[in-house]
Amino acid sequence: MPEMVTITIDGREIQAAAGRNLVEIARENGIFIPSLCYYPHLEQPLGTCRVCTCQINGKTGVACTEKIREGLAVEVNTPALNDLRKAVLEMMFAEGNHFCPACEKSGNCDLQHMGYELGLAVTRFPHLFEDRIIDFTPSRMVLEHNRCIKCRRCVEEILTDEGKRVFYYVNRGNETLVGIDNEQEARLSEQQALNAMHICPTGAILVRGKNLSKPFGDRTFDMKSVQTPKLEPEQPFTAKAQREKKVIATVSLAGCFGCHMSMLDVDTGLLDLVEFVEIHRSPLTDFKSFGKRCHLGLIEGGCCNSENVETLRAFREHCDILVAIGECAIWGGLPAMRNTIPLGECLEEAYLSAPAQTGVVPYHEDLPKILDKVYGCHEVVQIDYYIPGCPPSSSHIWKVVENLLWGAKHSVLYSEFKYD
Amino acid sequence: MTAPPIRTQLLDRLWTFQRRSGYIRDADVKACADWLNISTVEVEGVVSFYHFFHRQPAGALTIYLDNSIVAEHAGLQAVQAAFERATGAKIGGVDPSGRFGLFHTPCIGLSDQQPAALINFVPFTRIRPEQVDRLVLELKRGASPTGLADPVAPNIQYVPPEGKSVFFREYTAGKALARAATLGAEGIIEELKTAELSGRGGAFYPTGLKWNACRQQAATPKYVICNADEGEPGTFKDRALLQVCPQTVLEGMIIAGLAIGAAEGVVYLRAEYTWLLPQLEAAIRDFRTRGLLGKNAGDIAGFDFDIRIQLGAGAYVCGEETALLESMEGKRGEPRTRWFFPVERGFLQQPTLINNVETFAAAAHILDMGAAAYCERGIPGSPGVKLISVSGDCGKPGVYEIEWGMPVAELLERCEAKDPYFMQVSGPSGECLSMAEKDRRISMLDVLGTKDVRCGGSFMVFNQSRDLLRILLNFSAFFKHESCGVCTPCRAGNFILQRQLEKLDRGLGREADLQAIRDWGAIMKAASRCGLGKTAPNTPIMAMEKFHADFAARLHKTADDLNRAFDLKRAEAEYEKYKTSGHA
Ligand SMILES: Cc1cc2nc3c(=O)[nH]c(=O)nc-3n(C[C@H](O)[C@H](O)[C@H](O)COP(=O)(O)O)c2cc1C
Ligand code: SF4
Ligand code: SF4
Ligand code: SF4
Ligand code: FES
Repeated sequence: MPEMVTITIDGREIQAAAGRNLVEIARENGIFIPSLCYYPHLEQPLGTCRVCTCQINGKTGVACTEKIREGLAVEVNTPALNDLRKAVLEMMFAEGNHFCPACEKSGNCDLQHMGYELGLAVTRFPHLFEDRIIDFTPSRMVLEHNRCIKCRRCVEEILTDEGKRVFYYVNRGNETLVGIDNEQEARLSEQQALNAMHICPTGAILVRGKNLSKPFGDRTFDMKSVQTPKLEPEQPFTAKAQREKKVIATVSLAGCFGCHMSMLDVDTGLLDLVEFVEIHRSPLTDFKSFGKRCHLGLIEGGCCNSENVETLRAFREHCDILVAIGECAIWGGLPAMRNTIPLGECLEEAYLSAPAQTGVVPYHEDLPKILDKVYGCHEVVQIDYYIPGCPPSSSHIWKVVENLLWGAKHSVLYSEFKYD
Repeated sequence: MTAPPIRTQLLDRLWTFQRRSGYIRDADVKACADWLNISTVEVEGVVSFYHFFHRQPAGALTIYLDNSIVAEHAGLQAVQAAFERATGAKIGGVDPSGRFGLFHTPCIGLSDQQPAALINFVPFTRIRPEQVDRLVLELKRGASPTGLADPVAPNIQYVPPEGKSVFFREYTAGKALARAATLGAEGIIEELKTAELSGRGGAFYPTGLKWNACRQQAATPKYVICNADEGEPGTFKDRALLQVCPQTVLEGMIIAGLAIGAAEGVVYLRAEYTWLLPQLEAAIRDFRTRGLLGKNAGDIAGFDFDIRIQLGAGAYVCGEETALLESMEGKRGEPRTRWFFPVERGFLQQPTLINNVETFAAAAHILDMGAAAYCERGIPGSPGVKLISVSGDCGKPGVYEIEWGMPVAELLERCEAKDPYFMQVSGPSGECLSMAEKDRRISMLDVLGTKDVRCGGSFMVFNQSRDLLRILLNFSAFFKHESCGVCTPCRAGNFILQRQLEKLDRGLGREADLQAIRDWGAIMKAASRCGLGKTAPNTPIMAMEKFHADFAARLHKTADDLNRAFDLKRAEAEYEKYKTSGHA
């Protein structure tokens, strides 16, 4: 029998077996510590992702490399620590190129799941848009380096029957990536290959022909948070009768109008809308310029050309509050897939090299100018709020709008907060 | 004793290949993989971690230019241009004939004699651009770099007066060990505690405590490792010690072996100091002949101890003690988690004592002269002396052996600093000082919250003509390049910080961007796995505080809701190329 000792987590006394892992013990006691690289049966924890950072005996450190011992005092849920962990997670999104709506793992992805649990709507860091390759050379697998968070799980876990590694880190610094040994990869059994895809906490390891996709709603992380619900009860709405009428404007920049479709998806909510909201400049009204000041501007899409920039600046000038809606507005989203490729290459591929093209890149004084890359809206003007999703759910959008305009308090449910 | 696994020889083996062909060929990688019975990607992973290992031909003559900030100020650019012209190689590549390879490398431990370079690992110092043609011509004619290089001056500029020098006092090999033998393990450790010796690798951990912790481990074998990786830019005091008196370092290691009960010592020597290898090996051989190493070392019955040298291959992070252990085991130099401490499970999972070069030398001298005598130097609470490597804008760069407690102003005066403005203490990962702090003393006391400043060994002086942001950008590039890449806050954080500093440098930052550096830096500090990521943001954050005016002058002045860092003209420039022709 292992020795039982007493530790405290957030002031709560907990009995636990000495030598066990802190992340596990917390989990067993209903305390959620985010983790990504932690993998229960590895004897020496990996400690790479740092998303489990807590205050341990007064010092900041990661929980997953902490053994239970008498008197251990851990702080998990403080505003500062919650923010710190969120920041580390944001860094992973900013460092890689995560286009969730186009990702095979979406809905089953641990990284994305942590984003939901921590309520990550936008990264405070600029996206780096490094050109990372997709390695199609292995016989069965595809390695999507844009999504790898270098957690090391595959390095430690995926071995051939002879005990040789299939994955190993190569390079150093921000050029570090997980290399794959094609010769060893070919030796893996079907089951071993699938295991690699499954233990990867992101969509970086894929096995050709094997589908991860399930219908929306049936995927691992779609519906329920692993945290005990800590939602505040819904506050009574400001009596609707007392609502002052507000003016809003909306626009779709480099977006697909998907977010606008989602806005219209409120069903009967539309009736409230026309009563309390005057929609001014918007594709919904077809007003193309500002005739008056607006309380709120809803922006879909990022900036891919000079016209987007002008429009966005006009919104900033005429709206009190600006909300970026959807991944494209927040950081570029799907159109930003071109950001890792130089513009010249994109244009020449589209207009010059591809068959049946005109042989010129269109350029005219009256045409908007294409920017070197797609910019998230906050890179061009100050954005006040962000609603993630591709598109965000209709209820998420209007809950936020009601809150901003009339102070109505709503909880955004776990199932409403999505990146895809 | 069982032989250590052959994997520990991987770095040596890779060096053999690297030297033989000027790079590591596919066949070599395959050969290593077969030899160790591991997959090729694992060998590739090790090779690609170390910047002196190349997978593409790097020239029969490989030239590494030191690109530290001191080198930059001393005229790196002109020297680089001269080398590019003379060799036909562009920086980062080889010339068409494949004869010359020209590369940058971080500080090579010669900051007192910049601009400096290594040519096939032979040091060339104080290079003047006009010499370069001649030098390259000689090389083309077949002269060996060794024959062309001038000897490197140790540049010991200052020792405490009145015979108070510790490191450069008269020394007879074996005396300290003989006294140590009479004191016994506990007595040795007691001496170190009395002398209040603490680690000179930068962390200042009490040496006596560390030795004692390792002594108390039951498992054997145990190892003594001397950390001669000296990678912190601007530091060269370990190099000077190894040049002038390597015997004291070896003797310190032997005493440590006696104290903790180890039979093997290893000097982990950075590859930049390959040129010191013959001399060090000679010193070891000489110790063996004199019976100070080997069976019954120092005539101590039952004490068998020997020392070998392990050469690194270019990675600053390998100076971090657990990364160093990984490297010695033939792996990538990634710092370990704190699941075990090296004294519990270090090299090959055995108890291991790791100390800095200077720590071992100091230990030998303390045992020789006695702790009480040693403590006649320095100030209360911080007795003894410290080696400081001084470089930058000063008349007398070199090594200074100071008594703890010397005020910054005195050091500045002694080194003939010209118009000092910004001082970087303990290297880029340390702290910066302004002249307002010139009366602070240099001691070990900083940790107790006094106003003293701790110095790990590097002291760089910059005058008013130097661009602060250029200095910070140089440091930032260094950290980004040297991060091991294993943990998120450091791998991504250093890259992000670099972009932020570039934004300030372009004059597009606002006050909020300065705040972002503080906030982001705090995240890196709190969440990074090892000292590299934890300390990398220190200097920019401190500099913003102490030199706020310099930053304020560079900020964008407008205050509105537009983000001024977004430059529409710049964003359109690439597309504008298609204006006339429809072709770029
Ligand atoms: C990134 C990094 C680099 C380091 N480089 C060195 C080094 O080059 N030399 C050194 O002695 N210690 C270095 N250290 C400190 C070592 O980890 C360790 O503390 C030291 O070698 C212990 O010896 P000491 O107690 O004698 O100082 C470094 C630490 C970090 C985090
Ligand atoms: S689903 Fe996961 S791996 Fe895929 S893009 Fe989103 S965060 Fe990245
Ligand atoms: S490929 Fe997946 S498992 Fe491997 S390090 Fe990257 S994210 Fe982790
Ligand atoms: S802090 Fe940097 S150097 Fe240290 S382990 Fe993390 S990535 Fe590696
Ligand atoms: S889960 Fe702890 S560092 Fe990754």
